[in-house]
Amino acid sequence: MDFLRPASWEEALAAKAEHPTAVPIAGGTDVMVEINFDHRRPEYLMDLNRIGDLSEWEVGEESVRLGASVPYTRIMENLRAELPGLALASHTVASPQIRNRGGVGGNLGTASPAGDAHPALLAAGAEVEVASVRGSRRIPIDDFYTGVKRNALEPDELIRAVHVKKADGPQQFSKVGTRNAMVIAVCAFGLALHPRTRTVRTGIGSAAPTPIRAKAAEEFLNAALEEGGFWENGKIITPSVAKQFADLCSAACNPIDDVRGTASYRRHAVGVMARRTLTWTWESYRGARRVTEGAA
Amino acid sequence: MRVNFTVNGRPQEADDVWEGESLLYVLRERLGLPGSKNACEQGECGSCTVRLDGVPVCSCLVAAGQVEGREVVTVEGLAEYARQRAEGGCATGACGTSLQNAQQWEAKGTDSQTGEGTELSPIQQAFIDAGAVQCGFCTPGLLVAADEMLERNPNPTDADIREALSGNLCRCTGYEKIMDAVRLAAARQGEAV
Repeated sequence: MDFLRPASWEEALAAKAEHPTAVPIAGGTDVMVEINFDHRRPEYLMDLNRIGDLSEWEVGEESVRLGASVPYTRIMENLRAELPGLALASHTVASPQIRNRGGVGGNLGTASPAGDAHPALLAAGAEVEVASVRGSRRIPIDDFYTGVKRNALEPDELIRAVHVKKADGPQQFSKVGTRNAMVIAVCAFGLALHPRTRTVRTGIGSAAPTPIRAKAAEEFLNAALEEGGFWENGKIITPSVAKQFADLCSAACNPIDDVRGTASYRRHAVGVMARRTLTWTWESYRGARRVTEGAA
Repeated sequence: MRVNFTVNGRPQEADDVWEGESLLYVLRERLGLPGSKNACEQGECGSCTVRLDGVPVCSCLVAAGQVEGREVVTVEGLAEYARQRAEGGCATGACGTSLQNAQQWEAKGTDSQTGEGTELSPIQQAFIDAGAVQCGFCTPGLLVAADEMLERNPNPTDADIREALSGNLCRCTGYEKIMDAVRLAAARQGEAV
């Protein structure tokens, strides 16, 4: 094994072009487990910790450019207002020690269906900035996950940052596990209200071969909210609408039985989380509306 | 490969390090510092917690090569680290814990029951006084994690303590006494100010 230590992004891209099998390591919270257990013996290990720019973020007009190695702890502490869904999801990652090291770039690189960041990214809307010596491109999050632990990266590409849309409404994240820390999701659900476009987006984790959106459920809810004038009148969402939304979210799942839970439990739990997160976010949207109207 | 880094305030070098080796392995097997414990090797248990540039991390998940030029504090250097923090830095310029002292570090002193006569960090003393040590295997990781929390948050609520220690498992299940110990250390810290 060789240990590569690029001091800059350009050096890292050059190294990855020369050694496409090189495994990038930043927080190490996935890669080192595989090495410790001898599940993986990469020819080259490439440390990205020396590239300072990967640990930085920038809040822009429309979105946040989040460096691939920004630790979850920083996201929780600094981006709760801009990226509430991702901040909530970050808080459910493992333990403080892991959150101090791991970041979204690693979650995307590993592309496990159980990665905690994915449902939040899918619900908020995001693009993954990847690069190689050939140039850089942005992959929409909906096209990023291609299979179980597979993503749309080419062998010579590295993840540099993820551009996440700033929240324009309430967002929620929910995760099922046996305790509050150190849990790999049995399943997880992210939901974001986008009042500006009058749309709702979802993200489901650990209940299909890849993280997915419940698109039929989104379309149903968007139409129901529009039809009932809910965005304007701020009424409580009808229980039948919430139930139909939850059922469609369950139906979007394609889960398996495994040590963490059964397929039917996952389907059920996703429905419960869908209904709850919809209620939480909608209540907070109604609350914000009342405050605005009260002031006006 | 060779790795140069600072351990407990003193520069150290480790030789013949395998590229896939963890920081934990380097500390225990190359530098002879077995205070950081090796248990799960997957970041689940927190027994190997050390501070890397001040931040608590699982040393089993840090590749050795990643610590080149960086600063690590282990449980063996915790007493000295806490003393320096209380004194507001290193006045003499010759602080830290030498490798030899770290290798021989024991919480023993003249009285093996109370630890009196040894210089302990406040959190270590609180663990002894509260009876928060059973088999002792999880203790080093808990000490490092708890000490860092108290540095950041001098008046933690019970929820703060539970969250800060949520990455450290105690298989003796002695969590109540551990909570007592951290509360005790926080209260003593408050009195001292």
